[in-house]
This record gives sequence, structure tokens and C-alpha cells, in this order.
Amino acid sequence: MAKSFLSIEQLTQRYPDGQGNEFTVFEDATFGIEKGEFVCILGHSGCGKSTIMNILAGLSEPTSGVVKMDGRHVSGPSLDRGVVFQNYSLLPWLSALKNVTFGVTARFPHWDKAKVIEHSTAFLAKVGLTGDAIHRKPSQLSGGMRQRVSIARAFANEPKLLLLDEPFGALDALTRGTIQEELIKVWSDTDQTVFMITHDIDEAILLADRILLMTNGPMAQVAENVEITIPRPRVRNDIVEHPNYYAIRNHLVHFLAQRSAELSGKSDGPNSPKTVCIDLTGEADTDDSEPPPLLRAVEV
Amino acid sequence: METLSENMKAALLSVLLLVVGCLIWELSIPAQKAVGELTEYELLTGGGQPKAGVPPPSQVLGKAWEQLSNPFYDAGPNDKGIGIQIGYSIYRVLTGYFLAALVAIPLGFLIGMSSIAYKALNPFIQVLRPISPLAWMPLALFVIQDSEASAIFVIFICSIWPMLINTAFGVAGVREDWVNVARTHELSALKTAFTVILPAAAPTIVTGMRISIGIAWLVIVAAEMLVGGTGIGYYVWNEWNNLDLTSVIFSILMIGVVGMLLDSMFGLLQRAVAYIE
Repeated sequence: MAKSFLSIEQLTQRYPDGQGNEFTVFEDATFGIEKGEFVCILGHSGCGKSTIMNILAGLSEPTSGVVKMDGRHVSGPSLDRGVVFQNYSLLPWLSALKNVTFGVTARFPHWDKAKVIEHSTAFLAKVGLTGDAIHRKPSQLSGGMRQRVSIARAFANEPKLLLLDEPFGALDALTRGTIQEELIKVWSDTDQTVFMITHDIDEAILLADRILLMTNGPMAQVAENVEITIPRPRVRNDIVEHPNYYAIRNHLVHFLAQRSAELSGKSDGPNSPKTVCIDLTGEADTDDSEPPPLLRAVEV
Repeated sequence: METLSENMKAALLSVLLLVVGCLIWELSIPAQKAVGELTEYELLTGGGQPKAGVPPPSQVLGKAWEQLSNPFYDAGPNDKGIGIQIGYSIYRVLTGYFLAALVAIPLGFLIGMSSIAYKALNPFIQVLRPISPLAWMPLALFVIQDSEASAIFVIFICSIWPMLINTAFGVAGVREDWVNVARTHELSALKTAFTVILPAAAPTIVTGMRISIGIAWLVIVAAEMLVGGTGIGYYVWNEWNNLDLTSVIFSILMIGVVGMLLDSMFGLLQRAVAYIE
């Protein structure tokens, strides 16, 4: 197996369960992410998505297993790995702009003040924040605007890997749609490698190159790696028309509703997720009366 | 009638209450009888002498005018202007207070950040905190052998606790997310303390500082009554010994005004560091 830009190898997390035993959240999670990719991870609550995220961010240590980025062992938080937290985590005593410059000065300590401000303002503008709004405190901004600031802060730092922990979880559907589009725009401008947690299937299909599916915890595993065979640029309205859209969506729904529970707890040693590639575009104009095509599961 | 704003109405009502209160006070003080109206017996028993009694507000006002028009005169150890006396008190309060802040805030940071330090120091804090600051006075006088420094020590010891406890509480309560922001930005421990934890805990810390300055101002009056020499507390006690109740009432009012000013300064500071989550 060729070394990926980011490789997660046999990651296991156990906690004491309070009765002297151990509780395994997930076991032997092994997968890789390539440079410039946008990867989403989907799974039910409790499967350890956030734990994986915290380990990647360096905020917590796994029980065993390693994370390597660019061939180097990851330990502790670093400016190379930017994080967008679900609850924005903006510093409430700083204005939106100051929140971004806070990150930029940490990342580029040798830059002079004017350059820091220019860089920060540019990234705020990329997510649609301009004018007066950037001088407001987070408490004076709406939830959507706060998350925009948080995204701008993360992108402005130009980390090698960007981690998004359910960034749109607390937003209403309309705001979520707009910011998702802005996220795609910033991402395609910058060639960031992005790893994102979500439990919104449509969001994952819209944004990701690949979706990692996790089985239910405890003893959760990364079971499948679903490639999103819908060409970019993707627009929310148009992708539903794409022949692959519902096939992929149904596969994901089916997994989360049924198979995530069935597969749960079955550990068979170090395992990579099965790659699933659903592509109906070639067969789209064949006979409609045929049974729906079977999913192709390919071992990597 | 034109409508007044709420603040205007409140101000009018305040003035009205003051005037009515002073009027009642003024009227309830019986006037001294003139010498001519005294009986022989009263003259023999000294009834014609000016009697020590609670002075009417008009006299207090006169005293205030007299004192405030020349607050910094110095006519010997027992006759200094009110400005000088208050100046001494403020100097002692601020010295003791800032020494306390210098100890309490860093120590509070330590206790707030480390649960071991908290658990280790908590028993000492709990025992020392409820001690009346004046109870330290004899020990301070004996050890320090200087009444001036002892008064400052008493202020130090009374203003340290609210600052210490509030700082520890504020620092311990800083949201994990903000600390994680600092960690993911690779900030050094010192930089995290100053750019994230300090501003996050500042409202709680300043509340503790505000409580402390209030307590310090309460305690200085009592401390100066004990150590004597100078200061507003000494002044009150000295005027009591002179049976000059007009000066006593005037200085009580001055203690209130200065205390209010000190408190409102910290009120402003509190507003400056406040933030909405």
C-alpha cells in the first residue's frame, strides 16, 4: 500500500468503563487521505468520530496506533493541522477580524501588521464577510456568520490538513446551504486537504471526494470508503439530477440505517475499509427493467 | 407637563429625598437656649455652655465648606486637612491592595490551572480567609515593629482573598474550547496565559478586585483607629475625642464618597473587560 499524505494506522481508543473493565470506542481504524482531497466521515453518535478528529488535531492521544502526516508521526497540536470546531470556538472578546489575525500572527509570526490584516481580510471576504461586520464581536454576529469567521480563521492559516468537526451542526438548513457553497469555493481556491465529520448525508455527498463510513460503537470500525462519482463543480440543485446521486445516497442511507449496526463489533484484525465505487453513468441508457446494479466492492 | 426621562425623574427624586431628609434632621435638633433665658440653677450647672449634641445638617455643611475649601493644610500632628488624611488612607489602601494583587493574581492563576495546587493550598486558604483582618494587627505590630507598615499589612491580608479566589475560579472556568484554540495555534504557555486565559477570566478577576477594594476601604478606617497618627480613620477617632461631632459626621460622609469613587473606578474597569459569549 502506497503511503498516503495522511495515514492513520491501526488507531484504537479505549477508555476505562468505571467498573475496572475497558470500553473500546473504535479499534484498528486504518485509512489514508491524499493531498488536496476532501474526505468526510459519517457514522452514528458514539462511534468515535470526534475522538478520531481530536487525535488528528493532536488534542488527545490514542490508546494505540499512529497517525502520520507527510511520513512524520503526529503528536500534539500543531499549526499544520487547523481545526474548525462545531461550536465555532471564537474568542468572544475579540472582533471577527481579530479572531482571524490571532491565528494568522501565530502562523506567520514574522509578518508585519499590515500584511496580517490584509491576509485576514481577504480570507474573511472569501467567506462573504466584508465591511462593518468584520469589526463586530462574535456575540453581535449570527450563528452562520460566526461559523464563517471560524472557517476563515482556519483557511487563513493555510494548514496542511484542515479538520472540520461538524461545522454546520448548529446551523439552520438555509444558512448551512450557503456556507457549504462558500466552503467549496474556498476549498477549490486553496487546494486544502480537508477531513470533515458530519452526519448529514446530503452534505457529505455535496462536499466530499470520498466518504468514510463507520460502524456503530463500541468497537466501531471504518468499514467502507465510498467514492463520490459526481463530477465537480457540484451545485446543490444540479447534483440531485445526476444518475449516481440517489444510488450513492441510498447506499449511504442503507449503511447507516442497517449495516452499521450489523457490522458493529466484528473485528477481524487490522483492516482497511472496503472501497465502494458506484457509477451508473456508463449504464444509464441500458434497459430500465434490469434490477438495480449491484454495488461493486473492491478490496484495495 | 413635558415628559422627563427616567434618569431625570430618579435624579429629581434623589434630590427631593435629600432635602426632606436634611429638613427633618435639622428640625429635630432642639435649639440651644440663649443665656438670658436660663434659670439661675441652669447657669450654675453650666447649662449655658455649648452642649455637645448631634449637629444639624447646616452645621455639617458649613464644616464641609470650611474643610473642603482648604483640604491640604497642615497645622501640626493633630490638625491636618481632610485631604491630607484621606490621602494617607488612600496611599495605605492602594499599597496594601497592589501588593495583594501582585501575590493573589499569579497565585490564583496557579491554583486555577493546577488541581494539585488547588487541593494543596485550599486548606490554608479556608482557614486564613475567615480571620478578621484586625486580628492580625497585634502580630503585625510585633513582627513588623512599625505601625504604618502594619496598617498596610492588614490591608494586604484582607484584600488578598477575594482576588485569589476569584482569579482561581475564573481561570479554572475558562472554556476548554478556547484553550484548545490556543493549543491548535501552538501558543506557548505564557502566550496562552496572556492572550487567552487572562482575557477570558478577566471579568471574574476584576469582580474579585472590586470586592477586595471595597473590603480594603472598610478595613482601613478601623485599622487607622487602632494605629493612629494619620488617616481618615484616625481623624474620625480624633474628632470623637475632641467631641467635635460635626467633623465626625463630615468625615463619615467623606469615607462614603471616597469608597464610592474607588468602587466606580473598578466598575469602569469591569465594563472594559466584559464580553458576551
